[in-house]
Amino acid sequence: MMRTDTGMDFSLNRVSAMVRRYWYLLRSSWPRILDLIYWPTVQMLMWGFLQVYISQNAGFFARAGGVFIGSVLLWDILFRGQLGFSISFLEEMYARNLGNLMMSPLRPAEFLLALMIMSIVRLSIGMIPVSILAIVFFGFNLWALGLALAAFFANLILTSWSVGIFVAGLLLRNGLGAESMAWTIMFLFLPLTCVYYPVTVLPDWLQYVAWALPPTYVFEGMRALVIDHVFRADLMIEAFAFNVVLFAAASLAFFTLLRSARIHGSLLQTGE
Amino acid sequence: MDVQQTPAIAVDRLVKRYKGVEAVDGISFRLAAGSITGLLGGNGAGKTTTIAMIMGLVSPTSGIVRVLGAEMPRERYRVLHRMNFESPYVDMPMRLTVRQNLSVFAQLYAVPDIGERIASLAAELDLIEFLDRPTGKLSAGQKTRVSLAKSLLNRPEVLLLDEPTASLDPDTADWVRTRLEQYQAENGATVLLASHNMNEVERLCERVIIMKKGRIEDDDTPAHLLARYGRENLEEVFLDVARGRRQSEAAQ
Repeated sequence: MMRTDTGMDFSLNRVSAMVRRYWYLLRSSWPRILDLIYWPTVQMLMWGFLQVYISQNAGFFARAGGVFIGSVLLWDILFRGQLGFSISFLEEMYARNLGNLMMSPLRPAEFLLALMIMSIVRLSIGMIPVSILAIVFFGFNLWALGLALAAFFANLILTSWSVGIFVAGLLLRNGLGAESMAWTIMFLFLPLTCVYYPVTVLPDWLQYVAWALPPTYVFEGMRALVIDHVFRADLMIEAFAFNVVLFAAASLAFFTLLRSARIHGSLLQTGE
Repeated sequence: MDVQQTPAIAVDRLVKRYKGVEAVDGISFRLAAGSITGLLGGNGAGKTTTIAMIMGLVSPTSGIVRVLGAEMPRERYRVLHRMNFESPYVDMPMRLTVRQNLSVFAQLYAVPDIGERIASLAAELDLIEFLDRPTGKLSAGQKTRVSLAKSLLNRPEVLLLDEPTASLDPDTADWVRTRLEQYQAENGATVLLASHNMNEVERLCERVIIMKKGRIEDDDTPAHLLARYGRENLEEVFLDVARGRRQSEAAQ
């Protein structure tokens, strides 16, 4: 026997093994790295130029410089955070490696933590160059938001992980038949979390739905900061409270789906 | 079959039902520590489902599986680091080099002296020249050796092999069998081997369990099976069982 082990221990060593596994994959494949950068760049440029055009023609937008570009950068944190999590998970299914992992001492919670770390690594590779380009092209300095950016980032990444965890559960239970969920589920958040417009634009009844989603608070908070130069800490605290609930619900769903996958034999059939 | 009082694997009235279909239908067996057992059966006989339940990948509908005393899948993390498996139905990540793959799995299994262990396995399994090549660039036989290296990384006490020589040429398959024999002899591991290759089972296994439609149809040593069915080799015995010929008919 190599070592003693108990049923419930959590090993950072195993988490680091998984992070190393994804890092090896990422650095061995330039298309994977390019993919992390090119679409956020395209988005940022498109919305940035649109904002330049509108601000030259409308008084409000001239005052609200940076709202669109700020929105698109924060949206990319949310979207790319989830995608980074889900793609790392999908890589195991594409590689037919899930059986090896599920049969190893790797705990599901360790697996999830490794995926969270990789979502930050992938996000950093994509977003840091793009945020620098935003300064160069449009004079919008995301980093100048300082502590507010940290609060925005923490809340958005928490939401992205919650969605990623839920999608991972769906993939375990339903195999690659659920793959499209990984790519598209976050777009449900695009209209509802009011990325590009204030919550008041929505019909009254839909505003209740919007305020139940943590990113809505972040995008409202970003607009308050950029337009009114006010940091709304209250919004960030509310977002965090909703995030805690969302993360707990997603984790519960993941472990329920994993249990269901064991019952239905889905871990043996991870194809279509 | 005689087994020690504390079997390495104990399967008791195991049932797995999928949407009313019984993939495994109330099987029981015990594998003594240090034994090599062959699990035979045609397609859909329930071999892979049985092995998956032993590994903790599939939850039984009813019945109990214990591996090294731990109930699967409920207590699997007590024993997974003492087990390992090899199967042609899972792969190692193709873009990672052999060394990277083995080091990641060695870390997952908390193998001490990872570099030394990989070097030792690479020498034993003739992998030294491939260690820094992407796993996806290897031939089928080379990939099988890498999978075998992965399955032996943690010096498992229980080794589950699902068709370990499927799609290999006879020379490579023979080479793999020799390495498995060596490992078992040196480490006293308990090996459960699912295979369609009767020569392989006859050569490696001291006991054979034959499954059909989710049930155990026969369970004995290869020599006793040959004698009881009056056959020259296990392939003929397997055909007798698969086609429902009784021992008395087969022996005539």
